[in-house]
Amino acid sequence: VKISTRQIKTATILDVSGNIDMSNSTEVRKALLHEIRVQKATRVVVNLSAVNYIDSSGVASLVEGLKASRDLGSRLVLFGLNDSARELLKISRLLKLFEVYDDETQAMASLAPSV
Amino acid sequence: MEMLEFSEEHGREIIRAVDEAVANIMRHSYHGRLDQPIEVYCNRLHRQSNGQTEQAIEILLFDCGPAVDTTKLCARPLDEVRPGGLGLHIIRGSMDTVEYKRAGRLNRLRLVKYVRRCKSEGGSNEEKPS
Repeated sequence: VKISTRQIKTATILDVSGNIDMSNSTEVRKALLHEIRVQKATRVVVNLSAVNYIDSSGVASLVEGLKASRDLGSRLVLFGLNDSARELLKISRLLKLFEVYDDETQAMASLAPSV
Repeated sequence: MEMLEFSEEHGREIIRAVDEAVANIMRHSYHGRLDQPIEVYCNRLHRQSNGQTEQAIEILLFDCGPAVDTTKLCARPLDEVRPGGLGLHIIRGSMDTVEYKRAGRLNRLRLVKYVRRCKSEGGSNEEKPS
């Protein structure tokens, strides 16, 4: 898995690519928690459009990020989920918990006007 | 799966269930050891029910870990925001049948997913391998 971060105004965007599974989901978890807890990012946007496959450990990493963001009063937003990732969140009954958008434009618009 | 003409979505569900099952075996039965055996068998099943023939894929996973405490085979409630414990939900949500059994010195996990219905005569619910 590859993770890079970029900044658009006050939003921190994590671009994730590759497969997220039990062998590397801790990297995603660490990156998310670093932005939320250490960098104190108030708006974190996770770009999953280049993620082909995600398993329950990957979802658990996203849930941990969501929990941390709620604890600190920040926002965590996802976009670019493929069918498989959406189905996984749905089957885990987590789809409603997350703010999920189709693409970056929609995700960034959801953060406006504060971004 | 292609032979049985599963839809793309159902195919993904089967792959996801097997992936989660294997991950659970590695994590819980083998405590993270990567050099332990997991045997996987796939069978094509059919059963007749109410005049219809239903076809299915049966996947059997065997591991040599200690017997599973079946009282711990309950997925956690999903109404709380916390990571972990999702694998079993995903397996159960993806497959029609999920059964665990201790078979001698092995753990056996049986996963079944039905694919399609076609008109036929008969009325048995008994699953039969093809």
